[in-house]
Amino acid sequence: MTGVRIAGVGLTHFGKHPERTGRDLFAEASERAFADSGVSHDDIESLYYGNFMGELAEHQGHQGPLMAEAAGIRAPATRYESACASSGVAIRQAVKDVRNGEADAILVGGAERMNNLGTAGTTEALAIAADDLYEVRAGITFPGAYALMARAYFEQYGGSKEDLAHIAVKNHDHALPNDHAQFQKEISVEQALDAPMIAEPLGLFDACPITDGASAAVLVSDEYAEEHGLDAPVSITGTGQGGDRMALQGRKHLARSPAAEEAAEEAYAEAGIDAGDVDVAEVHDCFTIAEVLALEALDFYAPGEGIGAARRGETTRDGDCPVNLSGGLKAKGHPVGATGTSQLVEMTRILRGDHPNSDAVPDAKTGVAHNAGGTVASATVHVLEVNE
Amino acid sequence: MSDHGNTGYDEWLDAIAEGNAYYLECGNGHGSLPPRRICPECGEGDLEEIPLPETGTVETYTVVHVPAPSFADDAPYTTAVVDFGPVRLTGVTEDGVEVGTDVSAKISESETTGDRLLRFERR
Repeated sequence: MTGVRIAGVGLTHFGKHPERTGRDLFAEASERAFADSGVSHDDIESLYYGNFMGELAEHQGHQGPLMAEAAGIRAPATRYESACASSGVAIRQAVKDVRNGEADAILVGGAERMNNLGTAGTTEALAIAADDLYEVRAGITFPGAYALMARAYFEQYGGSKEDLAHIAVKNHDHALPNDHAQFQKEISVEQALDAPMIAEPLGLFDACPITDGASAAVLVSDEYAEEHGLDAPVSITGTGQGGDRMALQGRKHLARSPAAEEAAEEAYAEAGIDAGDVDVAEVHDCFTIAEVLALEALDFYAPGEGIGAARRGETTRDGDCPVNLSGGLKAKGHPVGATGTSQLVEMTRILRGDHPNSDAVPDAKTGVAHNAGGTVASATVHVLEVNE
Repeated sequence: MSDHGNTGYDEWLDAIAEGNAYYLECGNGHGSLPPRRICPECGEGDLEEIPLPETGTVETYTVVHVPAPSFADDAPYTTAVVDFGPVRLTGVTEDGVEVGTDVSAKISESETTGDRLLRFERR
């Protein structure tokens, strides 16, 4: 089984670009990934592309071939949809194909256009990731669903809104030097606590913004990298995916995310590591409470212990395990279908040493990317390691 | 939106409105909700309608301040996940409930759309 190298990565700016089409966003991200990779467009054998709500935002289905065309490649192209984990599952498919010898060079990525729908329209569109009959018709919004999980967490393990505020403050701080981020703006715990409520106990600063953006990466086999003399110092050494019941009400745990636990277990086993080996992580903090669930699913903390990690300074830039050095979904932004690959992009740059926050982790060799769909009914975890 | 109903779900709402709420149970005792042919827990296909316990307990709740357009006139409103034992249900509920409050399942209407809505009322 061959290894999988990350040959090149690219992102658009994440933010408000309501007039930009999905195809334009993806074209920019893929152009940057190709320029970073040294791989020829002609060598790409497949595109795996993540997008969640293109039908609603752009009246556009069948986006695979459209995006291959936008990226300037002539290859079979498939769109993956797993809500917010759409491009996480796309990466996983690409990793499997390269490992199995099906392909030597694959383009992965994702894009989402959201701001053209406005806040109410986006709230409605995002809700389709929940169970229509049993959740959406009962008034569940996405912030509402995570609020239900936050309250369940507080009940089971303790914790407070102030603990959550520290996560928002941390991720905003991390985004300050990241020019791809939607918010390069410092916030305080007091500001976060005073922000308007969205769904109690979650306020405006507990939620990621509405974001337009795209991400892309070129993945190649070890053999391709060697034959073409590529500078591709980071490999994907583990991939895992987990699943759970669609609706929160069907879950065993309302304050844990077993799908991500399964994904982490599988990815760690493939990479031959455990949580203690991870130097740095990008996790799916669509809401502050989601970062807590992620830290515990990744086994960085026992259930109930992750809530205080940011407050204690352990997951900050200068902590023992820096989490979301990109700014996370919270501050970098969350163009849903682009998020999984954007985490891969950020982590690759952190490990290569060319990320604005690489200086915080100069010796980092092992990173993890955790991407969650819906209320974590879908989850992927990828392990990235610097080649020895 | 389609004008067609949702077979299985609509009848389930009718039953709750008539005071005959039920859930589905497989031969191995796993609870689930319609429309359902196969037990999601074990794959068993023989599902039986069993009366839903009259009282459930609020397991978690939130007050939604920023709604989807279909709940624009309802906001702010409280939604809860309620544990009835064999199954949990999600619905709107009276304001001021707490975790642990005992409630029963009823049917009301959305203030925004007039659509039928699962609603929990204090016991």
